[in-house]
Amino acid sequence: MDVMPKWADVILIPLISILLAALLSALVILAIGENPWEALKLMVNGALGSTYGWGYTLYYATNFIFTGLAVSIAFHARMFNIGGEGQALVGGLGVAIICLFIPWPHWSLALIGATIGAAIFGAAWAAIPAFLQAKRGSHIVITTIMFNFIAAALLNYFLIGALKAPGMEPATPRFPEATHLPSFQDMFNFGETTLFRGAPANITFFVALAACVFLWALIWRTRLGYEIRSFGHSESAAKYAGISPTKIIMVAMLISGALAGMMAINNVQGEAERLVLNAVEGAGFIGIAVALMGRSHPFGVLLAALLFGFLYQGGAELALWTSIPRELIIVIQALVILFTGALDNMVRMPLERLFLAMRRA
Amino acid sequence: MDFATLLQMLDATVRLATPLLLACLAGLYSERAGIFDIGLEGKMLAAAFLSAAIAAVTGNVWLGLLAGIGASIVLSVVHGLASITFRGNQLISGVAINFLAAGLTVVVAQSWFKQGGRTPQLSGDGRFEPITLPFAEALRDVPIIGPIYYELISGHTPLVYVALLMVPLTWWVLYRTRFGLRLRAVGENPAAVDTAGVSVVFLRYAAVGICGILCGIAGAYLATALQAGFVKDMSAGRGYIALAALIFAKWRPWYALYACMLFGFLQAMALRPDVIERVLSFQVNGQLLDVLPYILTVIILAGFVGKAIPPRAGGEPYVKER
Repeated sequence: MDVMPKWADVILIPLISILLAALLSALVILAIGENPWEALKLMVNGALGSTYGWGYTLYYATNFIFTGLAVSIAFHARMFNIGGEGQALVGGLGVAIICLFIPWPHWSLALIGATIGAAIFGAAWAAIPAFLQAKRGSHIVITTIMFNFIAAALLNYFLIGALKAPGMEPATPRFPEATHLPSFQDMFNFGETTLFRGAPANITFFVALAACVFLWALIWRTRLGYEIRSFGHSESAAKYAGISPTKIIMVAMLISGALAGMMAINNVQGEAERLVLNAVEGAGFIGIAVALMGRSHPFGVLLAALLFGFLYQGGAELALWTSIPRELIIVIQALVILFTGALDNMVRMPLERLFLAMRRA
Repeated sequence: MDFATLLQMLDATVRLATPLLLACLAGLYSERAGIFDIGLEGKMLAAAFLSAAIAAVTGNVWLGLLAGIGASIVLSVVHGLASITFRGNQLISGVAINFLAAGLTVVVAQSWFKQGGRTPQLSGDGRFEPITLPFAEALRDVPIIGPIYYELISGHTPLVYVALLMVPLTWWVLYRTRFGLRLRAVGENPAAVDTAGVSVVFLRYAAVGICGILCGIAGAYLATALQAGFVKDMSAGRGYIALAALIFAKWRPWYALYACMLFGFLQAMALRPDVIERVLSFQVNGQLLDVLPYILTVIILAGFVGKAIPPRAGGEPYVKER
């Protein structure tokens, strides 16, 4: 039945979609009176031209790996988790509580504790929408959107209330020294040459890589993963095979929320070393673009997250050196979601016709 | 709470409920035709920007309104292409539209006006001015009725009355016209509509188009009537609250009005913590008031207050049988 070879589906279509998004972005840059080629050079230079740039790119990519994986696992169960933003915020709350109230002897233990805390808090925030979807049929998209807003208000409540540090700013106190994670600067310090100087990338990047491997194994090498995928392909067939929809919806969403929450060990514990308002900065939403581009495959998510890390850091450089505002990245993100997600058939239909014609010839 | 304060609060309710109502009715047309639209937010934002920009440049708010509607319709067409023509995922398309608007408005505003992503302040003919309804001045001193008429009913911008008139109009279109019957049918069972020889594609594009127009008015209201100019992210989640109101109203026009008024009232309360404190004689958390619409929606969605059943074919692209 497959009209196209697998490589076309996995590589060619995302590539064309990305090119379309890039083309339109270039037009936008052109329209506001800047040179797209110069902009691209600046972005590549700023994001990949030095270990400092790489340090930022990898830092952002770490965030996007977590949120991208979160959206992916939900996609496999045919659910759309728009709540990554809220789950990551609440995950940050978990990290803050774990880091502030438990006297950790060493960062490695703190990392384990914070990871568990972030995962539990994130999963808990996903649990209510998941339960409502499974038991009462309330649409997960709407409930997770609502929970994003509720999470923001909850965080606000804690940061001007119980967890607030002395002073004007709505933020927690700084986490104790023992919970500070080693940054790439600490890890790649070879006496004379210090790589990644001043960049926020930290050991969490490797946790993110481990999460990719874990999720790949879960989806394609375990019974649970098989059940999730079959539920996603056909709910009625899965039910007939004795797979409980309630269980799959709950489990998939709990894993999804946990992954989104785990992003907080990167941005809260790793970078800021305290919890501030709006700590997630839209990374939860970028997870959607990353998952769509990565075709919900952990390896694809990794590549897409690196691309978005590059775009994020490159965009910051653009905003610094040209009159192109940072919001250009949001435009690019929107175009990627549009072309790889919503307008997929626009690219796919002509390609399928092309391959069909080639096969007949 | 004294009578004057109550009137003030209700007046603020009407002003704040207007954009919600317009966006809610916009979503109603779209979703009743089977096209989910979580891009209401983005369309409002795009319309708010372009209406403020054109109003600032030309000094004519009506041109601004037209431009805002235009911007919103362009995004509607994108949504239509994605969800009707190319049968893509409607939710993903809506998300993309929201981000597209959030990014493009700031990028363009910055390069156009160089004021940090906002438009210049609007004044004079660049804004919608409040209109005084007939006899408002004369009736002002009549007890009870006078102040209600003068303060609450009269003295709003034209778009407020447009929004309120849209409610009976929407009811009439949906339940009393052939177009409305077909529109509702295409959201429940498109195959039946197709069998009857009516174009599913046309009906859905029409619904998405109407949705674009109403979102455009809502956005223009935000930037040229409620406030004087565009600022970054000024829609501030109103598109999502409208979506919540739509579910609350169970996709019916009159109930949409009540739901939007309720959510508008909550927003008005959040702006006046001093009044709440005086009335309830204890302090209500401001964050709680802000998120009350969202919490209410979740409770309603959970089915604890009557079940909200969406149009049956909602979110499903229609594929003609061959």
